[in-house]
Amino acid sequence: MSKLSQRHLLGIKDITRQDIELIFETADNFKDVINRPIKKVPSLRDITIANVFFENSTRTRLSFELAEKRLSADVINFSSSGSSVKKGETLLDTVNNILAMKVDMVVMRHASAGAPHFLAKHIKANIINAGDGTHEHPTQALLDAFSIREKLGGIEGKKIAIIGDILHSRVALSNIFALKKLGADVMVCGPPTLLPKFISTLGVQIEFEVKKALAWCDVANVLRIQLERQQLKYFPSLREYSLYYGISKKMLDDLKKNIVLMHPGPINRGVELTSDAADSHHSIILDQVQNGVAVRMAVLYLLAGAA
Amino acid sequence: MQKKLILDSKQLDITLSRLCQQLIENHSDFKDCVLLGLQPRGIFLAELIHHKLKSLKVNVPLGYLDATFHRDDFRRRDTPAKASETRVPFAIEGKNVVLIDDVLFTGRTVRAALDAMISFGRPAKVELLVLVDRKATRDLPIAADYVGKYVDTHDAQRVLVELEANGNKKNKIWLINKE
Repeated sequence: MSKLSQRHLLGIKDITRQDIELIFETADNFKDVINRPIKKVPSLRDITIANVFFENSTRTRLSFELAEKRLSADVINFSSSGSSVKKGETLLDTVNNILAMKVDMVVMRHASAGAPHFLAKHIKANIINAGDGTHEHPTQALLDAFSIREKLGGIEGKKIAIIGDILHSRVALSNIFALKKLGADVMVCGPPTLLPKFISTLGVQIEFEVKKALAWCDVANVLRIQLERQQLKYFPSLREYSLYYGISKKMLDDLKKNIVLMHPGPINRGVELTSDAADSHHSIILDQVQNGVAVRMAVLYLLAGAA
Repeated sequence: MQKKLILDSKQLDITLSRLCQQLIENHSDFKDCVLLGLQPRGIFLAELIHHKLKSLKVNVPLGYLDATFHRDDFRRRDTPAKASETRVPFAIEGKNVVLIDDVLFTGRTVRAALDAMISFGRPAKVELLVLVDRKATRDLPIAADYVGKYVDTHDAQRVLVELEANGNKKNKIWLINKE
């Protein structure tokens, strides 16, 4: 079947391994399209997509917008700052007003976990979750897994360590779901205060020492410390965090093996990664960004086509 | 379901030889000429033609073109069409392109393929080669320059191309009545 099992992309948890593989195969074709002299195809020319962002974003939003435009969709952008949300309009009212203007798909980012799931129950348009609080960020996980597959030729049996602020990270959760579904071994690594209590129930290994995690893994996906989500003090200082959990180029070179370094961005240079590590030959951070457009084109195409 | 054989293995071989001779007649030195097989099924025919031309001492570059994202029936069918690989290892700009597909029916695939091809550049000239031309079934004003065999058909019929290259036992082209 060349159809996804779901009408929406709310989270990786809800989709199957077959869905993920279909998205990857379709993304392979779109990656080819975006490297042509003319990077645009007319598939979604009769579709209007609203990018509704209640939270800040550069990469994800630009990537979605570019993916939509490469597919010839009409695009409208909404961000909560400077909108009537400030005047007290509810989420459902805001989105219903946007949909009344005949919008077919909604790409939404929201600070509250479950916001896109709530919308999916109440509106007809296809919904793509572009990040809901600390819950899921499915397209990021898809592009991360796609990048690993591209770099290492597959995901089955590969060892992937997710390092950093796991507790506040939607990228971590979606990555764990995606990588486990594709048959990878997953480890999470970070200070005990930044690891969720029941994380091991997801079938991942836990490691507190970053050097051991690096020695174990084929791929290190390093996450940002999300200071904006931390109401408590989870570690004494950024300096201390970077001393114990920061990754430098020397640490990667000393491993004497091939290791792939990833980061979903934005990078806090000098905190979780030193500049020389982020810019080293181990890093595929910019490949991730390029693949993001192709993967999002695949998701949009497959969801729109099944309508 | 009724099946009628249109071309058997031997006839197919003769037809392919004739198509190659016609190409040679029109292109003489094959300067700036490229073959472009249409995914998913035209590529097998394109490979056969490419191979045969080679045995006639003619070397022409071969590519595969997928037109899925340029189709006009997106969202008008239940599931999105599945794309295949596009491999165009040469510049299209200024070339004489021979598009190759197995069956010409409504002409919509060829229309999509023209669009897809033009996103790689502006060819000097484009020609169309098909193995089977289903007469009087066109939705668009599209005609083939090289035709293996003309067949009279109606909508309830289907042309089935079985090629060894595509995992079949023998090269056979069938006309099938859908019931």
